[in-house]
Amino acid sequence: MAETMNIVEEIRNRVILGEYNVKNNFRIDIVHLDESTMEFDMVGIDAAIANAFRRILLAEVPTMAIEKVFIYNNTSIVQDEVLAHRLGLVPIKADPRLFEYRSTGEASAEEEGSEIDTIQLQLKIKCSRNPRATKDSADPRELYLNHMVYSRDIKWVPIGNQADVFADSVIAPVHDDILIAQLRPGQELDVIMHCVKGIGQDHAKFSPVATASYRLLPDITLLEPVEGERAERLKRCFSRGVIDIQDVAGKKVAKVVDSRLDTCSREFLRHDDLKNAVKLARFRDHFIFTVESTGILPPDVLVTEAIKVLMVKCQRFLSELDSTDLE
Amino acid sequence: MPAILKVQADGADEGCVTFVLHNEDHTLGNSLRYMIMKTADVDFCGYTITHPSESKINFRIQTRGSIPATEPLRSGLNELSDVCQHVLNTFQARVNEFKERQEEPME
Repeated sequence: MAETMNIVEEIRNRVILGEYNVKNNFRIDIVHLDESTMEFDMVGIDAAIANAFRRILLAEVPTMAIEKVFIYNNTSIVQDEVLAHRLGLVPIKADPRLFEYRSTGEASAEEEGSEIDTIQLQLKIKCSRNPRATKDSADPRELYLNHMVYSRDIKWVPIGNQADVFADSVIAPVHDDILIAQLRPGQELDVIMHCVKGIGQDHAKFSPVATASYRLLPDITLLEPVEGERAERLKRCFSRGVIDIQDVAGKKVAKVVDSRLDTCSREFLRHDDLKNAVKLARFRDHFIFTVESTGILPPDVLVTEAIKVLMVKCQRFLSELDSTDLE
Repeated sequence: MPAILKVQADGADEGCVTFVLHNEDHTLGNSLRYMIMKTADVDFCGYTITHPSESKINFRIQTRGSIPATEPLRSGLNELSDVCQHVLNTFQARVNEFKERQEEPME
């Protein structure tokens, strides 16, 4: 009982809440960064703020996605609403910072949408029989033309001055090989789509990350020297690369090399002779973030936008506090 | 435009106040609570989501002495904003450093 109390005490005291601890011992290390994924460490911050960043990345960084689908002709076997749902989930490569939210006015004349808040896309495709197919082929790729509707068939229709503003960048889906529907000869799709700016809280299609998550850095300490055959077994209890066997004065001794690689399976607790030799804990202020973008914005831009969203939230309440005279 | 912030004072005591923040959830609630708890003369600080279907939080602050509760709220918001700014600057500096380091082998 006293043992567990000591451990709890130690855990509680590990992160000392200094007056300005963020400014003093805060650091960020970028481990990996490319156009779609990013892994970085945030050290010296509290879980409340790290979690706030994670929540904002998932649900409050805005993107553009297809919201309204005007179906002029759909003779495929995919139902209208299913088709509209699938189209909404296609990520659209358009920088959301260049657009504004569509105002939720009551006037239905607002529905048309202007060039500053709407992107218009068109999908018009008709499947026909291939006249040059051989007589007895059974392969649909040979028999039919346009029988698979991919996201590359979605074309941008510039409205207003969008053609000038976006002269050098084409607005289109991020990936051009997303299968939307399948057709057979005689079936066609004629659809106009309006994209608007939204956030993941409203609908998951607006979320800019495939996922954003963090884990805490494991803290593995050996309480006693582990040698020989026990060291071999201990090495197998952890993920590869965590424990290394070193030759010290002729004996094989286990040493913790890289605790970051461990997945904390706690396998060593299943072995009676090993469970008291290791202490497994986590550093409570060392967060390993992994951000995977859907391709709309690069992951480092996403993290920057998420931090700005939290700042904007604070500023909004500060201005409310200042403006209204609270009773 | 719904009111973002409302106050429900406890009798005549300005130090114990429950604020109702609309359109907020754990994202701001927990991080703001953390920043305010670090303030010296706050006796109690907590937040509740009254019902998961309504997006509003009840944020309660009780101060020691006769300090009005809007003060720790304001300082908490300012500090949270400063922390975000510091994180943003650090992050952007490190990203630029990383990108420069990546371009060096190519030259």
